[in-house]
Amino acid sequence: MNKRSFYDGIGFTLLRLSFAVVLITLAIILYDIFSKGHHVLSWEFLSAMPRKGMTAGGIFPAIVGTFIVTVITAIFSIPLGMGCAIYLNEYASDNILTRLIRTSIRNLSGVPSIVYGIFGVILFVQTLKFGTSILSAGCTLGLMTLPWTITASEEALKNVPRSYRDGALALGATKWQTIRTNVLPYAIPGMLTGTILGISRAAGETAPILFTGAAFYIPFLPKTIFSQFMALPYHLYIMSTQHHAISKVRPIAYGTAMVLIVMIFAMNLFAIVARYRLRKNRME
Amino acid sequence: MYDKKIIVKGFNFYYGAHQVIKDVSLDVYTNKVTGIIGPSGCGKSTFLRSLNRMNDVILKSRVEGLIEIDGKDIYNKSVDVVDLRRKVGMVFQKSNPFPKSIYENVAYGLKINGVKDKDFIEERVEESLKDAALWDEVKDRLNKSAFELSGGQQQRLCIARALAVKPEVILMDEPASALDPTATAKIEELIQELKNTYTIIIVTHNMQQAARISDLTAFFMLGELIEYDLTSIMFTKPKKKITEEYITGRFG
Repeated sequence: MNKRSFYDGIGFTLLRLSFAVVLITLAIILYDIFSKGHHVLSWEFLSAMPRKGMTAGGIFPAIVGTFIVTVITAIFSIPLGMGCAIYLNEYASDNILTRLIRTSIRNLSGVPSIVYGIFGVILFVQTLKFGTSILSAGCTLGLMTLPWTITASEEALKNVPRSYRDGALALGATKWQTIRTNVLPYAIPGMLTGTILGISRAAGETAPILFTGAAFYIPFLPKTIFSQFMALPYHLYIMSTQHHAISKVRPIAYGTAMVLIVMIFAMNLFAIVARYRLRKNRME
Repeated sequence: MYDKKIIVKGFNFYYGAHQVIKDVSLDVYTNKVTGIIGPSGCGKSTFLRSLNRMNDVILKSRVEGLIEIDGKDIYNKSVDVVDLRRKVGMVFQKSNPFPKSIYENVAYGLKINGVKDKDFIEERVEESLKDAALWDEVKDRLNKSAFELSGGQQQRLCIARALAVKPEVILMDEPASALDPTATAKIEELIQELKNTYTIIIVTHNMQQAARISDLTAFFMLGELIEYDLTSIMFTKPKKKITEEYITGRFG
């Protein structure tokens, strides 16, 4: 073996190794959770209210709560984020101000989620008087996902070739017509993927909903969007750190983690399928 | 000698502080093919894109001077750039079909201009594809993706797309530079056909092409119009030495 292929071999081995480390870590986490949580999983666990101080029964209200809050997050974040991205990428002139705005948006994605939580309390709970509610929590999470939504959408818009825009403009299309008919259709799959990934990440967050609407224990479903609600990540946090009979409820905590992971996985899967289908449709 | 379609007088184009086109004046004649030649970066594409104001989308650009089409100053505030671009169509250097069906590509210009009548659109699509000498090759697969066409067919599709909105002037920016000789010959043949109906301005890198297809030729260098005359004169007895040197391939 000569020297060059030897170094080549080392390079590939290192790459394979780092890939393996990531994969194995993930596998261990998943195995740990599934092996300890699977025996609490039953139809009752998924469909019943918690009972006996949450030591028995199911996690149904937490599943419903997380689902509804995620829907609100999406409703809040998708139009706002996409609109923002369209403006930034298609209309805003490239000057210091827009560059500053863009950098700020990127930086916002690094702000700790608890800060969003406190901001949500001030803005949605108090100033806008939504109260501690599923609406406040959804909006707070929506706010938190905006940097992802905007950045992903902008990237998707940038990937649409300039020639599509030029071609449409040269045929007498207005700027908005060009964007609507010849840019957005090709950017939307990418926009949606990034957005859904951001939202699914928000669905697993605890800190932003802690003060804005999530409740410790409510043995019924939220009646309106102004009700408090139970959520999977918060429930998991309670079950693993705050519960009075902590060792007794440990299996429930694992079960909750499992359900949360599966839900987020399902959302990401949905994003992938949606992108694939949209990409396929646009060519037919 | 001929009817003037476009009159350019003292036209300057700036990109930031950089002047790309310097004091260009020329007339473009109705139903003639005007070729624009010159070395890379001489401003010929920029000049072409000034005629349908495609340069408007470039930030920090500025124009001075006059461009009149049919006696109307196209940079006047009252001019609707959308109307202008409908009247002055464009075919780009790299064929740029939209990722839609062949039919939708040609119908696009009509649809964005508010045409709803399906029969009318269908008729116009067929007519445009026939005028672009593409109909026979695609009539059985109008609903197939435009990307399935060959490079030359894609470029003719882009010409059909431009024809569909019934422009009066067609700007072509090196339309055959990415095509093989056979496809190029087809496009050139097509241009000869089209000039009966349209006024054509074509930027080309290829001197022989300019000699073959254009009635008049303009030679640009470093943003200036060096010489402009009938092609027959430009290629046989140019007035300036530098034109002769360029045309005979001594530089460029």
